[in-house]
Amino acid sequence: MTQRGILATMLMVGAVLTGSALVAAMPAGAVPKDREAIEHALNRLAYGARPGDVEHLEEIGLSTWIEQQLHPDGIDDSALRARLPEQPERPAQFTDQMEMRRWGRQSVQALSAEKVVRAVYSERQLEEQLVDFWFNHFNVFAGKGRTSEWIADYERHAIRPHVFGKFRDLLGATAKSPAMLFYLDNWLSADPAAAERQQELQRQRAARLGTPPNPQQQQAQARRRGLNENYGRELLELHTLGVDGGYTQQDIIEVARAFTGWTIAPANQQAANQPLRPNARRRQATVGRGAVQEGDFRFTPALHDSGEKIVLGHKIKSGGGISDGEEVLDIVSRHPATAHHIAFELAQRFVSDEPPPALVERAAKKFRDTDGDLREVVKTIVTSDEFFAARGAKVKTPLEFLASALRTTGRELPGDGRQLLAALQQMGMPLYMCQPPTGYDDTAETWVSAGALVARMNIAQRLAGPQKAATIGGPEFQRR
Amino acid sequence: MTSRRVFMKSGAAAMLSLGFAPGFLARAAAASDGRKRLLIAVFQRGAMDGLNMLVPFGEADYYRLRPSIGIARPGGDNGAVDLDGFFGLHPRMAPLKPLWDNGMLAAIHACGSPDTTRSHFDAQDYMESATPGVKSTRDGWLNRYLQATNSTTALQGVAVTRQTPRTMQGRAATLSFPGVDDFAVRDTMGSAHALEDSYTRTADALLSTSAKEAFEAMNILQKATAGSYQPANGADYPRSPFGRALQEIARIAKANVGLEVAFAESSGWDTHVNQGSDNGQLAGRLDDLARSLEALTRDLGDRMADTVILTMSEFGRAASQNGNGGTDHGHGNAMMLIGGPIKGGHVYGKWPGLRPEQRFDGRDLAVTTDFRDVFAELVTTHLGAPVAALPRIIPGFTPGKPIGLFRTL
Repeated sequence: MTQRGILATMLMVGAVLTGSALVAAMPAGAVPKDREAIEHALNRLAYGARPGDVEHLEEIGLSTWIEQQLHPDGIDDSALRARLPEQPERPAQFTDQMEMRRWGRQSVQALSAEKVVRAVYSERQLEEQLVDFWFNHFNVFAGKGRTSEWIADYERHAIRPHVFGKFRDLLGATAKSPAMLFYLDNWLSADPAAAERQQELQRQRAARLGTPPNPQQQQAQARRRGLNENYGRELLELHTLGVDGGYTQQDIIEVARAFTGWTIAPANQQAANQPLRPNARRRQATVGRGAVQEGDFRFTPALHDSGEKIVLGHKIKSGGGISDGEEVLDIVSRHPATAHHIAFELAQRFVSDEPPPALVERAAKKFRDTDGDLREVVKTIVTSDEFFAARGAKVKTPLEFLASALRTTGRELPGDGRQLLAALQQMGMPLYMCQPPTGYDDTAETWVSAGALVARMNIAQRLAGPQKAATIGGPEFQRR
Repeated sequence: MTSRRVFMKSGAAAMLSLGFAPGFLARAAAASDGRKRLLIAVFQRGAMDGLNMLVPFGEADYYRLRPSIGIARPGGDNGAVDLDGFFGLHPRMAPLKPLWDNGMLAAIHACGSPDTTRSHFDAQDYMESATPGVKSTRDGWLNRYLQATNSTTALQGVAVTRQTPRTMQGRAATLSFPGVDDFAVRDTMGSAHALEDSYTRTADALLSTSAKEAFEAMNILQKATAGSYQPANGADYPRSPFGRALQEIARIAKANVGLEVAFAESSGWDTHVNQGSDNGQLAGRLDDLARSLEALTRDLGDRMADTVILTMSEFGRAASQNGNGGTDHGHGNAMMLIGGPIKGGHVYGKWPGLRPEQRFDGRDLAVTTDFRDVFAELVTTHLGAPVAALPRIIPGFTPGKPIGLFRTL
């Protein structure tokens, strides 16, 4: 229905126009101090205002609060930690596949509950918003095979530590995460010739030791017949340059070749059906000649295509190992299309579905000038005139709706967070269960539908009671 | 109860309610008076074993590849239900045999995707978006059908599922709910009215449009489906999630609220271990499938004249059984089509054979019919979308020669 599209656009334009009139009266670049600006900032940089939040920000000043949020390490968050649901420990070993899968499910459920609790109670609200943004940007789907086993580790160690850091570090951490390697199939990707080489090596080893070949390993190798382009494609299309970033199918193939051998450490190399290693080891160790291990990430030289590659016009010399993939990450993280793509997405998240091009360009320039310093890029966006001019231009995602409903009522979270997960599912946003690598779409049209609104109205009644239901389930509260 | 007895019993009963001739179907269709044609899409999630659902008993290699899980040739007590001397239905699918005999059931074998992924998630994604190999497609093919034909109410597309399936996601308004009775705004102390009022008064065009759609659809559905639902013609749905979902679809279809595309899903098809043969795990799933579909066709009665049910699954399973009495992920698979408009009693598609050199990768049933050819024929010939709209509905695809799945009235 194009009608909806037009309506949405008209509304955005309307919001931005009224906003600009307001902004014209203020000196450019200054953070406004009025109550409306504070409410707006709390709706965008936090999951809505709690009782007393607006008054608190009036007291300390909005620009001070934004600075604090940009440096979350200085914010005391001990109250949150006391509330966090207990996370299941990954067992040192699994007895079988069933147990492994069961653990994966438990882990995802606990992580989902933790996400809701953090959104409602963390004092480091902008960090929570950004963890959500970057997870979604580098989306992995808990329902695909073994992804769930590593998903908590992925959020904690690949995403969270880097949301105020350098883009290159964030990108590198996701590239090596077993969750991503599994989800986008890179763990299976191999130079076809190299795969044969490795099989030969294994046959020789088995003959030498007089042991039969490991059937699981044989199975994995049978699947590993050749190049898998899945990660290479999404790296360029979704993670960095963007769909119009100016790469070719040949670039995708060259990138995929560079990442051959980037895989997940095998459960055990010595014998079949050995218990899996725990995930605890994060130190980098060299395993065999040219092999590299970091946690459950493994670079296996025998699977790697070490020939020359040309990626986006850059030559990667033949003879490289793990450095080939690292070089690709250097190239794509510093590509101007990446700066633009990331700036656009952040502006779409924090400003409006169709963010003003001038703002996107300023944020992209900041990205280029600071070598992808994400704190600086976010700051450019959230202190801009365009940001303060876009009040109400965004529709809340189901998570934002749920968290802001709980924050505004000041009610205690019912239970430990798990009880709310079904509500998110009903509204179309099951946590960690977004199947496509695109992540959840961040525009109004995705979240506004007949069925979704009915779900929001019912959930409003459940959370807020009949008196407040019409407000929280009503149209104004769906926007931020 | 042996399968033969199931067949005899349901066959006799089905003759009474479904024993109408194609001429009757034509008259019923003509009399439908602008009523929308209906497509009911059924997704079997987990990669259904098409070689045991639609058994190629005429293929010697089938029995060599599946020594303990193969379905016996027709004739014995637990053999396949013979369809055409080469293919047969799994014995637990016998309830569908009368539909075959009436020319309302057709199948397509060796059907599937040009993409060779063996990942459930990717393959489901590709089938539901109808863009194999392209992961960035945001909407599903049934939603794009509604977009292309400028659907006007959310009631034109309903998924009886908790979440909107990928097939139905997109810009066109659709509804997803586990049952009609779940699609209602709770009314504690008049709050429903207050909510409706707040959306009526708002100047927020996007939200008020959707809310209006929701309240309209709710009012229409609640009025049209008031009271408890009683299936017609003695239809007896299994008390399974899938059986209940199909019953809800019949309920909405018969309420005449403009339903055009409906969606339901069935799970538990990923039979890697101990899948069984004429009995066992897969047999149980096929039993639920067949009895649910039989009940739906019986319940819809005359409505079947302008209804097509399509079954699909993301890919087939390996031709040979594995070391655990199950089957691993494969490639080509079987689809079924049921309905008055279908030129049934025929297994469509080129059968590629199961000899090693005929198999895909030496292990799987090869694909000889692109599933998008089936979709394309359904949206144009059955649902009546203009051929010119096909590139929008199934982007990047040029249909081959029509398969000829439909009767020409």
